[in-house]
Order: sequence, then C-alpha cells, then structure tokens
Amino acid sequence: MTGVLWWSTSHLLNQTVDSAIVTDARALSVYWANGGEAEMSQAINDRMLGDIDDVSIYLLADDAYHPKIGNLLAWPPGVDRTDVYYEFPIARAGQRSVVRVRYWDLPNGYHLLIGRDVQARAQLRDVLASSLAWGLLLLVGLGTVGGVLVRVVLARMLANVSVTARAIAAGDLSRRVKLSKRGDEFDELAVTINDMLDRISRLMDGVLQVSNAIAHDLRTPITRARARLEDANRDDASVESLRSAIDRATSDLDGAVAVFQALLRIAEIESGARRSAFATIDLVPVLTDLAELYEAVADESGKKFKLTLPPLSGRAHSAQATLTTYGDRDMIQQALANLLDNALKYSPPGASVELRAARDGTDVRIDVIDQGPGMSDADMKRATERFFRAEAARNSPGSGLGLALVQAVALLHGRDLALSHGNPGLVATLRLPRAKLVVGEDGAAQPNAPQAKAAHV
Amino acid sequence: MRILVVEDDRDVAGFVVKGLREAGHTVEHVDNGRDGLFLAASETFDAIILDRMLPGGVDGVRLLETLRAQQITTSVLFLSALSGVDDRVRGLRAGGDDYLTKPFAFSELLARVEALSRRGRAEVPATKLAVADLEVDLLSRTVKRSGQKIDLQPREFRLLEFLARHAGQVVTRTMLLEGVWDYHFDPQTNVIDVHVSRLRQKVDKPFGSALIHTVRNAGYMLRAE
Repeated sequence: MTGVLWWSTSHLLNQTVDSAIVTDARALSVYWANGGEAEMSQAINDRMLGDIDDVSIYLLADDAYHPKIGNLLAWPPGVDRTDVYYEFPIARAGQRSVVRVRYWDLPNGYHLLIGRDVQARAQLRDVLASSLAWGLLLLVGLGTVGGVLVRVVLARMLANVSVTARAIAAGDLSRRVKLSKRGDEFDELAVTINDMLDRISRLMDGVLQVSNAIAHDLRTPITRARARLEDANRDDASVESLRSAIDRATSDLDGAVAVFQALLRIAEIESGARRSAFATIDLVPVLTDLAELYEAVADESGKKFKLTLPPLSGRAHSAQATLTTYGDRDMIQQALANLLDNALKYSPPGASVELRAARDGTDVRIDVIDQGPGMSDADMKRATERFFRAEAARNSPGSGLGLALVQAVALLHGRDLALSHGNPGLVATLRLPRAKLVVGEDGAAQPNAPQAKAAHV
Repeated sequence: MRILVVEDDRDVAGFVVKGLREAGHTVEHVDNGRDGLFLAASETFDAIILDRMLPGGVDGVRLLETLRAQQITTSVLFLSALSGVDDRVRGLRAGGDDYLTKPFAFSELLARVEALSRRGRAEVPATKLAVADLEVDLLSRTVKRSGQKIDLQPREFRLLEFLARHAGQVVTRTMLLEGVWDYHFDPQTNVIDVHVSRLRQKVDKPFGSALIHTVRNAGYMLRAE
C-alpha cells in the first residue's frame, strides 16, 4: 500500500515535468522554424530571464555538441538518445541539484536540450518516502501494541470460559461460566455457554436416569430368574419343580429380552434411520386390520370395541375412504398396537375402547379412547418417558416403554403424541402428516409430496 | 431334513445341533463362513441356519449372496443378534427366506426351519388343501369339513390356510403374526390365541374332534388327531 502510494506519486510528478518539457520543446521549435538559430537563441534567452524560480534548463548546441546558448556549461556526458529522459545530478550556481532532461535534434545538426531542475521534486519524493516509511513503522508498532493489548484483555476474559470448559471436560458438570455483570458480548457468550451446559447436564441426567431404569428393569427379571434357578438346584428338588422353575426363569429372561428389544427399537426410531423406509400409505386398511385384530381381544374379555373412520368424501371416485399419510407402515402399526394394548389392558370389563381416525388440517388424527382409570396430569407429563410407570399401573405387567415408543414414532413422522382426559379414561392422540394420493393417468396411485413439518428427531 | 448349521458360538451351535438331531434331522455344523460356503455349495441340504456375523472373512450375508449367485436355492434362515428392522430387511434382501433374532426359543427355530422345507420344494401351486376331513379350497376360498360348509371371515380363512399349508408342523404365534397379519412386532396381549380360539369355535367345536392343536411352549399345529 505504502509502496503503491509512493510509486504513483513520484510517477505523477515525473509526468508533470515530462509534459512541461515536451510543451516547451514544441514552442521553441516554432521559433526555429520562423528564424532559425538566432530566433531560437533569443527565445531561449528570454525564457531564462523570465524563469524566476530558476528551474528550467536550456542548452542549444551545434553539431559537435558545443554549447551555443543555455544555462549548462557543457553538453552533459552520456546524453545521446532523443527518445528518453535523463536524470542526473549537477552543480548549478554552487549548489548540488538534480535535473531531468531530454533533447531533440534540430536541422543543421543542432541539438536542443530542455530540462527541469527536479531537486525540489526529489526532495518532495524523499520526504514522502520517509514519511511513508515512518507511517508504516508507526502503524506496525501501534498494531503490535494494540494486538498485544487486545490479546491480554481477551485472554483475561476467555480464561474464565476456558477454566470452566476444562473443568467440564474433566467431568465437573456443575461448573458454569462467571458473569462480569457488564452485560457486554462476553456476558452474552457466557450466558449462551451456560444455557448449553444446562442442556447437556439435563441430557446427562436423562441418560443416567434411563441407565438406572435399565439397570433396575433388567436386573429385576434377571435376579428373579437367577433365584429360581439357584433354588431349583437344591438336592431335594423334584423333576416337576425343576421343570417349572426352569420355565419360569426362561420367561423371566424373555421379559428382559423384550425390554432390550423395545429399547433398541426406540433408539432405532429416534436415530431417524427408518425414514428411508417411508412411503405413501393408506391408513384405512391399517386401521381396519388392527381393529379386527383387537376387536376379538376386546370381545374375549367382555369389552366393547369400536372403529370410527372418516365419512366418505364427496369427491372420492372410489367408494372407499382413504386416509393417506407418508410414513413407515410397520412403525405406525406398532405404535397403534401399543396404544390399543394399553387401552384394553386398563379397561374394566364392560367398558368400551374406541379407535377413531379423522382428517384434521394437514394431519391425520388418530384417537385411542378408553374408559379405564385414566391418568393424573402429573403422570401425563411423564408418560412418554422411558420406563415411566404411573403408580396405579405398577402392579400390572408392562415395561413402561410402550408410550415412549409411540412418542418416538410420532416424532419420526414430525408430529407428536398427546394424552388427555376422557372423563372417564384416557384419550391418546397420535398425529401423522396427511399426504395426498394422486391418481395418475394410468390409474396408478402416485404419492404426492407429503405435507410434512420439520421433524424434530 | 438335512440341515447345515453355520454358527461360530459353540454353545449356541451345540444347543441348536442337539435340538435338531433330537427332532429327527441330520445336521452338519461348521463354525466359520468359509467352510460354510464350501459345504453349502458342494453338498445338498434342505435348509441352512446361518449366523450373520461369522469369523473367517466371509460373513453370513456374503455367504448367502455368493450361494445365490451360483444359483443354489437352498432355503436359508438367518439367526442373528442384529435385531434392527433394517438388519432384517438386509438379510431377506440378500436371499434369506426367514430371519430369527437372538436370543430365541428353540421351538421357534425348529418350527421355522421345518416350515422352510415346504418352501424349498418346487411345489405345484395347490388349489386345495386337505387335512383329515377338512377341505380348504384356495380358489373359491371356501372351507368344508365332513362335507359341511363352514363360513369364515377373510382373516379367519387366511389363518386356517396358513395352518393348513403347514399341516403337521408347529406354527408359532410370531409366524402367524408375520404370515397372516404381516405384523413384525410382538403385541403385549395374546391376540393370536384369541383369534385361534375363534377359529376353533367354527372349525373344531361343531365337529366333536379337534384338528387345531396347541403345542405347549411353541404354538399351534393343524393335524388329524
């Protein structure tokens, strides 16, 4: 930058001098054309007299380069080309100076040399160069000092953050970044970092809680199985009691495996990997099949079962109602089966369970309504947590993973599971995105782009 | 049946081989993919029980793909600890006929392997299945017993058809859930038992003698007395 400034300035100064020299030469050549040497000598003389600042250089020389008139004592050595400017130091009136000259050939072998004293310009250039150099030096100096200062300040501010980060990395999740109360950008950063740490800490608590629950829920059946087997191993055990102990231990272990399976399935769904299996599907046959499957179960235990599907839409060409979604058929089936399992499990004999589906804006809304004991508001909030079991459900079989799976399936589809009071009983509402089934020209059903909201999984 | 077991875990393999032999099958066992591939390609088996993760550089899926590439169509049942839905799909896509997740009940494995033997045979598409005095007409989708017509719901018909196709073999609840309902999960409640019990009401009860039998700790079997 400084270099460019210096170069362009000195170039501009040179150009100004050069153009003055050329203009002068053109004007003088007119005198030669009018009156030859005498006329020109007169003109040169006039100019030298009129040059108050004493910056112009003139020299008219004959064919042997002997000076005729001018303010140089001799033809300067080395000046032998007409197409370039020369610049050299000379001594004028007892003072050292620098001149910039160019010369032209005149008729009769005469030569005209015109120049300007550029001492002032050279000085200006030097001043410029040195001031630029100083400026640069100052800039570098200030920059360095500033940089060091900013670094020191930053380091002091960030030391706070990095101490916290190091403590967290070392395992102390309770540490937080201290706020300076100045409310500056660093405090904003600190608040953001603290929020992040709070979230991580909550997640860690969740993981810990789930790990504890896993340990508990798996330890219980394994402990039971172990106790049974050890008990059966006594010497006086009959073959009959051995067999029964082994059978019961096996079913305890199957229970543990089922918990594993459910956990893995939930993790698989939550990872979102199942989205590759998404397709446009009609929920009507899915619901009808499930209703058929569970109606028999309800019937068997003296409960009533009812399936309610949306009324046929007037525009439908086919006589069959469709309820289309974009998703994973297996997962949706499993989620609904879990809800129906629950509804039937907690319904007293004589009560009815309803599976109801309807279009609701951009969603398909599926309600599973039972007339069981229902759930308290506090339990509802926690019902979809892994291993959560309401106090009232403690004594019935189950792993506490059913609703967690339904919630995971709902989230996979970008929707959610909502629980509400049925007065009496519970209403579980699973929402799925609606998709349009477009019938193509060949009559084949083609899936349309699903109206899916952003998934949070 | 002549069955090849490719399984590297010695305990699991021992348990499977012993059980299959007790059930009257001839069993060969190898503990790595390379030997498994060699045996499967050079000898004739009715079914192969194949672990997915195997030592020896050739895993189950690769073994099966190589077999299928050589036009060897022996029925294959995957026995794997990989339980994800995608793992199952990958196994079946590679040419597997069935997929069973570890840990498993031996009765489930046996029932599934025996069911495979049917599939392996180049069967002429049957139009009628008959067990004792029970006749299942697959074309008109009607059922008669002792010449008497029985009215069945579509799903009940498919349930009976599945049992009849595997007549004389144990059919587990999971097999029914997959084969009749196409569900690949285990419901908490005993849904299958309820449906089988309903079918019995129509197929067995009015006729005095039972054809649908419960096999303890395993499932159901359709057979004459």
